[in-house]
Amino acid sequence: MPNVKTVVPYSGTEEQEARLRAVIEAHKGQPGATMPVLQAAQEIFGYLPEEVQIMVAEGLDIPLSEVYGVASFYAQFTLNPKGKYQISLCLGTACYVKGASDVLAAVEKHLGIRSGAITPDGKFSLDACRCIGACGLAPVMMINNDVYGRLTPDLVGGILEKYD
Amino acid sequence: MNFVRSHILVCTGTGCSSSNSPRIIQRFEEELLAQGMNQEARVVKTGCFGLCAMGPVVLVYPEGAFYTHVTPEDVPEIVSEHIVKGRIVQRLLHKEGESAETVTSLSETRFYKNQFRIALRNCGVINPESIDEYIGAGGYEALGRALTEQTPQQVIDAVLASGLRGRGGAGFPTGRKWQMTHDAVSPDGVKFVCCNADEGDPGAFMDRSVLEGDPHSVIEAMTIAGYAIGAHQGYIYVRAEYPIAVHRLEAAIGQAREYGLLGRNIFESGFDFDLELRLGAGAFVCGEETALMTSIEGRRGEPHPRPPFPANKGLFQRPTLLNNVETYANITWILNHGPEAFTAIGSRGSAGTKVFALGGKITNTGLVEIPMGTPLRTVIEDIGGGCPNGKKFKAAQTGGPSGGCIPADLIDTPMDYDSLGAIGSMMGSGGLIVMDEDNCMVDIAKFFLEFIVDESCGKCSPCRIGTKRLYDLLCKITDGKGTLEDLTTIEELCRHIQSSALCGLGQTAPNPVLSTLQHFREEYLAHVVEKRCPAGVCKNLVHFYIDPGKCKGCTLCATNCPTKAISGVVRSPHVIDQNACVKCGTCMDHCRFDAISKH
Repeated sequence: MPNVKTVVPYSGTEEQEARLRAVIEAHKGQPGATMPVLQAAQEIFGYLPEEVQIMVAEGLDIPLSEVYGVASFYAQFTLNPKGKYQISLCLGTACYVKGASDVLAAVEKHLGIRSGAITPDGKFSLDACRCIGACGLAPVMMINNDVYGRLTPDLVGGILEKYD
Repeated sequence: MNFVRSHILVCTGTGCSSSNSPRIIQRFEEELLAQGMNQEARVVKTGCFGLCAMGPVVLVYPEGAFYTHVTPEDVPEIVSEHIVKGRIVQRLLHKEGESAETVTSLSETRFYKNQFRIALRNCGVINPESIDEYIGAGGYEALGRALTEQTPQQVIDAVLASGLRGRGGAGFPTGRKWQMTHDAVSPDGVKFVCCNADEGDPGAFMDRSVLEGDPHSVIEAMTIAGYAIGAHQGYIYVRAEYPIAVHRLEAAIGQAREYGLLGRNIFESGFDFDLELRLGAGAFVCGEETALMTSIEGRRGEPHPRPPFPANKGLFQRPTLLNNVETYANITWILNHGPEAFTAIGSRGSAGTKVFALGGKITNTGLVEIPMGTPLRTVIEDIGGGCPNGKKFKAAQTGGPSGGCIPADLIDTPMDYDSLGAIGSMMGSGGLIVMDEDNCMVDIAKFFLEFIVDESCGKCSPCRIGTKRLYDLLCKITDGKGTLEDLTTIEELCRHIQSSALCGLGQTAPNPVLSTLQHFREEYLAHVVEKRCPAGVCKNLVHFYIDPGKCKGCTLCATNCPTKAISGVVRSPHVIDQNACVKCGTCMDHCRFDAISKH
C-alpha cells in the first residue's frame, strides 16, 4: 500500500473538526480508543492527513508516533485522499484463479491509472483489495458500496461509464 | 399474531445482495400488495442459503420451491402463478446436472443432499434481524439452562466431551481452552471472552455468512462462555470490510440487551455479561490471536511470543478466551443436543461438521457444511458439481495462505484435521479453492507469497525478509530464469522460516510453496529446466504461434496487435515476431479460424 505523505493541501472544515472533537471526547479515557477514533476520523474527513492525526494524538493524549504507527499499519486507513468513486478490485484467491488480474488490467487501462492511484480529476481511485467475501460471484469489484460480480475485462467499460 | 399461507424466503447475504436481492424483496412487497395477497403471504429476509452461484435465490414455503437466478422482473409471475394460483413456476426452478433436470425442493438437490448443517442451521431459515425468530428456533434455551441449572464446570465438561476443535484453522480442542481460561487466576478477577471474526483468508466467507445469517448464535455462545470461564465482558473483533455482518451484529446485540439476554442479571441468575464490537481495519495478521488482542487494545496489530498464552495473559493482560465465529456457532447445538450427538457425526479425532467456502473453478460456488471426514471427491463432484466448461480438476487449495494443495490423485482424502495435515495441507478456516488444468501451480504459490509479503507485520525478520526472498525466487522461476539450485534454496529457506518465525502467520507462510513443490514438482521442473509453463499462465514462458495450415491471411490479428508484432500478406499465412510480442493474447481472441495457439 503506497501510504506516502500526501501533497494535497489539508482542507478540513470547522464543522468536520467539531465532529472529530466530539468523537474524541466520547472515547477519551476508554481502553483501546485509538482505532475507533481513527475509523471515525476517516469517515469524517475521508482520509487521515497529518493535521487530523495531530488532533487525535493531542485529544487522546497519546504520542503522535503511536497514532501514525496505527494509521500506517492497517490497510483500511489511508493517508491520501480517495476519489469520489472508490474502486476496490478483489484480488483474493477465488477471484484470482478466475482471472481478476485481467479485469484489473482492463480497469487500469480504462482509467489510465495504476492500482493505488487516483485519477487527476479526483473522480476515481483504484485499489486492489483482499477478498470482500463474495467469492461466489468471482471476480468481483466494489465501487463505493455497489458490488459488481462475474466480471470480464469487456464489462469494465460499461460499468465505469455509469459513473461518468 | 397473523398466520399466513405462504412464506417467501429471500437471501440477503452478501452474494445475493450483490446480485440485486434487496430490489427483489421490494418488488415482492409491492406485488403482494398489488395483487391483494399481503395478508396471505409474507416475505422473509434470510441469511445465506449457501448456493451463491445461483443467486439471487428465493425459497417459497410450504411447497419448498427453490427458485434460482431470480430477477425483479420475475416477481409478478411468481406472485400471480405460485402465490395466487398455487402453480409452481417451472422455468425458474433450480436445475442441475447435465440433463438440466429441474429440482423442486431444496433438500433434494445434490448440493444439499450431502450436507449436514450445525453451524449454518439457521442460515437461510430465519430472519437474522429478528430475535423472536431465533428464539422460535430454540435460541437462548441453552443459555437459560446453563445459567439456571448448570455449574460453569458442567458447561465446560460438555464442551470437552463433544471433542469440538477450533474451527479457525489450528484445531486446538475448544473445551481445553475453556478449562485453561476457567482455571487461570486473574489479579483483579477480570477475564474476557473474545470472538475472532477477522476472517482474512482470501476465499473464505464462512464466518461472514454465520454473522449475517445467524448473529444470535454467536452472541448466545459467547455469553455461555463468559459464564463458564467467569468473564463479564466480551469483544467481537469483526472485519470492517463486512458491513452487513457489522450491521446485523449491532442490531442483534441491541435486541439481546432489550430482552435482558445481555446486561445485568441475565435470567435472574445474578450473572452479568455484555458485548462490544471492535472493527478490524484490514490487517491479515490480526487473525492471529495475540495480534488480534493487541489490535483491540488500540495498537498496531503485531503478535507477541507465546507463552504467556492468552488463557493466562491475554487482552489487557487478563486471562482471555478467544474462539472463532464458527466454533461459537457449534456451542449451543452441542449443549442442546448433548455432546454424544456431536461426536456421533464426523470422523475420529474430528467430531462434528466443517463449513467450507467453495470457490474458484467449480460449478456450484458457495457455502457447504459437511460432516468431518467426507471425502474431497464428494465435495468437488457431488456437492460442487465439478469444474465448469468440462475442464479437468487439477487441485484444491485449503487453508489459504497457511495451507496447501490437494492434487487430483488424492481426491479421496477425507476432509478432517489429521488427514489434511498428513498430506501437507491443513484444514484452515475453511476456504476451499478449486483449480483446473488452466491454473499454474507455481503461479498460485507465488500468489500466496505475494499476499504474505504484503501482509507481514514486519516484526520478525524470518517473515519480513524471508518471505520476500522466497517471493523473489519464485518470480525468477516464473520469469524463466530459475535454476535447479533455486529449488533447493527455496526448500531450505522454507524450513528456516517455519522454524524461526514469531507467529502462526510466518510459520505457515511457506506451506503453499512446500505443498505445491511436493505434489507438483514436475511443473516447477518444466518452468526451470524446459523454460515452459504447462498451464500457459506465466507470461514470460508463453509463446503465441500461428498455424500456417489454418491461417487464411484475414489480417484481423495483425490489425488488432497492439505492438504490431504480426506481419504477413493478405490471404497468406501470418507470422508473429516473438521479440516484439507482449503476449497479451489479443490475436488469439480475434482469430476466427482457431489458427493461433499458445505454448
